[in-house]
Amino acid sequence: MNSTLTRNIIRFVSLILLQTLICNQLNFFGSINPFVYILFIILYPIGSSRMNFIFISFLIGIVIDLFLDTGGAHATATVCIAYIRPIILKFAFGAAYEYQAIKINESELPQRLNYFAIMILFHHFILFTLIYFDLTRINTIIYHILVVGIFTFIVTILLNTLFSKNK
Amino acid sequence: MQQLLNFFLKFRTLILFLILINISIALTVSVHDYHKSKLLNLTSAFTGSIHEFFSDISSYFNLKNENRILLLENNRLKELEFNSKKSKSNLSPGNEKYKLRIATLVKNSYSLTNNYLIINKGSDSLIKEDLGVITSNGIVGVIDKVSNKYSRVISVLNTKSKINAKLKKSNHFGTLEWNGNNSNIVQLFDIQDLVELTIGDTIVTSGYSSIFPKNIPIGSIKSFKLNDTKDLFIIDVKLFNDMTNLRHVHIIENLNIKEIEKLNNE
Repeated sequence: MNSTLTRNIIRFVSLILLQTLICNQLNFFGSINPFVYILFIILYPIGSSRMNFIFISFLIGIVIDLFLDTGGAHATATVCIAYIRPIILKFAFGAAYEYQAIKINESELPQRLNYFAIMILFHHFILFTLIYFDLTRINTIIYHILVVGIFTFIVTILLNTLFSKNK
Repeated sequence: MQQLLNFFLKFRTLILFLILINISIALTVSVHDYHKSKLLNLTSAFTGSIHEFFSDISSYFNLKNENRILLLENNRLKELEFNSKKSKSNLSPGNEKYKLRIATLVKNSYSLTNNYLIINKGSDSLIKEDLGVITSNGIVGVIDKVSNKYSRVISVLNTKSKINAKLKKSNHFGTLEWNGNNSNIVQLFDIQDLVELTIGDTIVTSGYSSIFPKNIPIGSIKSFKLNDTKDLFIIDVKLFNDMTNLRHVHIIENLNIKEIEKLNNE
C-alpha cells in the first residue's frame, strides 16, 4: 500500500513537471504537444477507491490548467475519463477486468494499446472541444484531436514501456 | 432521512463527478470570457515562480544570440541619435510622452488559440493593466492582468486580441486580429477596398488607441483578399517578431493616458 502511494505521488509530480517544462515546449510541426500527464490517469491502480481517483484526476487536470492558462478544460477532460474509466477498462480487457485480476503493465500488448488509445481519444475529444469551443472550427478541432492524439499515444506508450518493471 | 442518506451514499461517485465537472466547466467558461477570470492573482505567484526558475536556466543557452540582438538594437539607436536633427534639450525628461520599462518573459506560448505570456514585472514595478508590450522588432501584446510580481500579457496570437493598426504608407487603419491558425500570420480587418495594397507593405500601429505609440512596426502584408460582402479587405500580415523566440520585452506606458481617457469620457 505504502509503496503504491509513494509511487503515485512521485508519478503525479514528475508527470506534471514533464508536461509543463518539456512537453509543452516541444511544438512539433508548429503547435503539436503531447499531453503525457494523462499517463497518470491511465496507470492509476485499478482496485482503488473511485472517489479518490476522480478527485486526484481533477487535481492533476487543474494543475495543468493553471500552467497552460486553459481555465478548466484539462480538468473537465481528466474528470470525465476518470469517471468512465471502468467502462473503458471493461471494453478493452473484457472478462479479466470483472475479476479485478489485471494489472495494466502486465496485460497483453494489443489490449493495452487498445485501452491507451480509447482513453487518449476520449480525453483529447473533450479537451479540444472545450479549448476551441467553437463549432465553426470543427476542422481544426478534429485535426488536433487526431494529430495530437496520435502523438500523445506514441509518447505515452514509449514512456510506459521505458519505465515499467521488466519481469 | 435514512433513505436520503442511502441515496447519497449510493451515488456518491456520481455526485462527486458532477460537482467536479461543474467546477471545471465553470472555469473553462470563465476563461473564454477573459474579463471574468480572476484566478491569475492567486496562481501566478506559484506557476510564475516555477516558470521563472526554469526559464532562468534555459536563458544561458541563448546568451550569445541575445547579445547580438542587443548590439544591433544599440547600433540602430546610435544611428538614430547621430542622424536626428533635434537638439538634446528636446529629449530631456518632462517632455516625454511614453515611458518604457524592460521585462523578461518567464513563459511564452504560441501554439494555443488563446495565448497568454507571463512577464516578470508586476504591480510592484508600477506595471498596470492595458499597457503595451513590444520588442525591438515589433509588438507582442497588451498586459491583461497584474499581480505583485508578474503580469499576464495577451499575445497578438490570441483570438481575443484586438489591436489598432494602419498601413505605413497611408493612414488607412483597421483592426489586427488572429484567426488562431499560424503563429506567424495575423489578420488585419476593416481596410476599405479603395485602398491600393501591395504585398510586402509594412503595417504599423496606428497610435489611435493610446496603448501603443504611433509607427511601431507590426509586420508586412503577405496576402490579401476581399471579404464576403466585397467591400473590405482581409489582409494576412506576416509578423516581424518571431513570437516563438521572445525573451526581453519593453513595456510602454503612455503618460498622457489619463488626459485622453478624461477626454473620451466627457
